Amino acid sequence: MLEFIGKLFRGEEDASKRVAKERLRLVLVQDRMSLSPQALNAMKEELIAVISKYLEIDEAGPEVSLERDGESVALVATIPVKRVTGLARAGR
Amino acid sequence: MAGRVIVITSGKGGVGKTTTTANLGAGLAALGRRVCLVDADIGLRNLDVVMGLENRIVYDLVEVVEGHARLRNALIKDKRLEGLFLLPAAQTREKDAVSPEQMRTLCAQLAEEFDYVLVDSPAGIEHGFRNAIAGAHEAIIVTTPEVAAVRDADRIIGLLEANDLPNPRLVINRLRPQMVRRGDMMDIDDVIEILAIDLLGVVPDDEAIIVATNRGEPIVISGRTKSAQAYRNIVRRIEGEDVPFMQLEEDGWVDRLRNLVGIGRKKTRGA
Ligand SMILES: Nc1ncnc2c1ncn2[C@@H]1O[C@H](COP(=O)(O)OP(=O)(O)O)[C@@H](O)[C@H]1O
Ligand SMILES: [Mg+2]
Repeated sequence: MLEFIGKLFRGEEDASKRVAKERLRLVLVQDRMSLSPQALNAMKEELIAVISKYLEIDEAGPEVSLERDGESVALVATIPVKRVTGLARAGR
Repeated sequence: MAGRVIVITSGKGGVGKTTTTANLGAGLAALGRRVCLVDADIGLRNLDVVMGLENRIVYDLVEVVEGHARLRNALIKDKRLEGLFLLPAAQTREKDAVSPEQMRTLCAQLAEEFDYVLVDSPAGIEHGFRNAIAGAHEAIIVTTPEVAAVRDADRIIGLLEANDLPNPRLVINRLRPQMVRRGDMMDIDDVIEILAIDLLGVVPDDEAIIVATNRGEPIVISGRTKSAQAYRNIVRRIEGEDVPFMQLEEDGWVDRLRNLVGIGRKKTRGA
């Protein structure tokens, strides 16, 4: 009887929907961060174009990727700089 | 004015796209709208059976697209509801018998004659899906409150956005209020929070839908169940009405006991 009442009023913590929601959340983090290689490349090109307005960069050097750390995703870009251009200095 | 072309899609199979298409189409026709249902599931035609129109097919979508039949001759008129028509899929052809460009032309043609063109999408994200969305102006996503279905819905939302179909609206199908209450099924808020799209409606899991489907009669036509009411509400929301969400479950004795003891529990929001 006690057990029955316990079941009746049981919190949602031990129920399967919590598990479902948590698993879904995690799997979607993974799904959502998978960008197609074409999209990633297009983004890289555009990043280079924007950054080149301010810095002289090594066009062959940039690396762009998405990295996951637990539930958060970071865009990691490594862009070797040759030198700061005039535009950037003038803009100060 | 050209009609609205709405694709009903989901990613995952078996979640209720065809059932939803049939009921929303019949529901819109019952309000006096001219509606054409398009079965875009080429090779696995279903909508004709769900509508109970399978014995009246003469020509199919592929024959129309290939120019072997005229569109008006391929449309099957539903005798139960004025203004309701079905364009059946081909049963013995491959999905790539039709191109997205051809679907776009076909949908535009239908939109000139109908207030609504509802396109029933096949499962998956490949050719059949791209055909189904090609001519659409709007999208309705159907999901069930399960991990795999919601995951696929999320993928579809992304693909729709990438194909110029932003802001799809969601129908949560086969909700089981008792399981939600037990905490054994994700509830409406859970699904909406995860997918972050607008809710169009919720249809409870209901045996009466299977019975109606056995008979080839969309439940929305004369059903007295909550599921039938849920479809009618969705139809009115599509028409732009602001229809409040109904409660899906009566207060049982457990509720009354809980209220008495003062332990509140969230009610299942409705359809
Ligand atoms: N709300 C519901 N309650 C009970 N059964 C349902 C409901 N919605 C759909 N079904 C059943 O689920 C099965 C799959 O539905 P269907 O519409 O064919 O899905 P899909 O087109 O997405 O593959 C069918 O047998 C249908 O009768
Ligand atoms: Mg189907």
